[in-house]
Amino acid sequence: MKLYLKYDINVIFKKTLEEQLDKLDIQYKINGLGEVEFQDGLSVEKIAELTALLSIYGIKIIKDHKAEVVQRIKDAIATMVADTTGEKHYKTSVYLAEKLGYSYPYLASLFSESTYTSIENFVIIKRIDHAKSLMLEDKLTLTEIAHTLGYSSVAHLSSQFKKTTGLTPTIFQKIIEERKKQQETANN
Amino acid sequence: MNTDTLKIVLVDDDEDDRSLFQDAIEEVDMNTSLMLFGNGQEFLDYVTLPGQPLPHLVFLDLNMPIKNGIECLTEIRTKDNLRDLSVAIYSTSSSDNDIEQTFIKGANIYINKPNTFGKLKKVIQEVLKLNWQYHTSNLNRETFLLRI
Repeated sequence: MKLYLKYDINVIFKKTLEEQLDKLDIQYKINGLGEVEFQDGLSVEKIAELTALLSIYGIKIIKDHKAEVVQRIKDAIATMVADTTGEKHYKTSVYLAEKLGYSYPYLASLFSESTYTSIENFVIIKRIDHAKSLMLEDKLTLTEIAHTLGYSSVAHLSSQFKKTTGLTPTIFQKIIEERKKQQETANN
Repeated sequence: MNTDTLKIVLVDDDEDDRSLFQDAIEEVDMNTSLMLFGNGQEFLDYVTLPGQPLPHLVFLDLNMPIKNGIECLTEIRTKDNLRDLSVAIYSTSSSDNDIEQTFIKGANIYINKPNTFGKLKKVIQEVLKLNWQYHTSNLNRETFLLRI
């Protein structure tokens, strides 16, 4: 005997995509067919992993050179900021040019064209974000954080913190701790 | 060029303030879409409808009838699906205590209402651009605070 099947290609595609995306263990949102959005951005490794997972089903990721380079710049900055062992005195421009293999002016113009900020400013945002987690999660003192992140002094760290957040590190810490306390009371 | 859009909501009961804010947001050189609401309850009714596309950033006026900014903020922070939403409160109060309390209740951004249109534009531009970084990069939203 023969069975005759009917199928909806869109349902198959969406289901397949979801199954593979779930394997990445990262938050995503499917914005209609052919577009997936990742709230936190996607590292180059994750993109490679997803490319491999999808290729079995004949699904290809359309390459966008600019978006890819911007993501690589962000990944490299994250690595640079989190690296607490390396030499702190290298310049971001030298580091990125060496790591990505493009000239710094090229990287800088590509980055500001598509992110509404400059590489220099993004490094500051990222570094302050890291300082916050060192302060809250690792309970480091400002002196330790300044040293770890390669700031020349505590005053320099504090002033950059204030400039980026509008708050002093002390007030910031107080607010986050109070907020946690309130959440805990609300949950109990 | 960037083709993504930053989805913004503005909740304010004062029509003049709404249009000033709207003009300022439109003058920022970014792709934005803006929705307006007259009070916190209207906005909450809207975002809690199932399947509603969620905004990235909401500006809440502090003093509003029916549901004020703080009440609305508190309610937003109890909803799981709104956890990633950035909340910006704006007010004429510049008391340190008011500001701290607003942050503790879950606001990400506190804007002291500027008194000229030029300054308002500058402040909004800074807020949108920083929020964009939180929306597109791997940064911790839980500790995203900005006083401006």
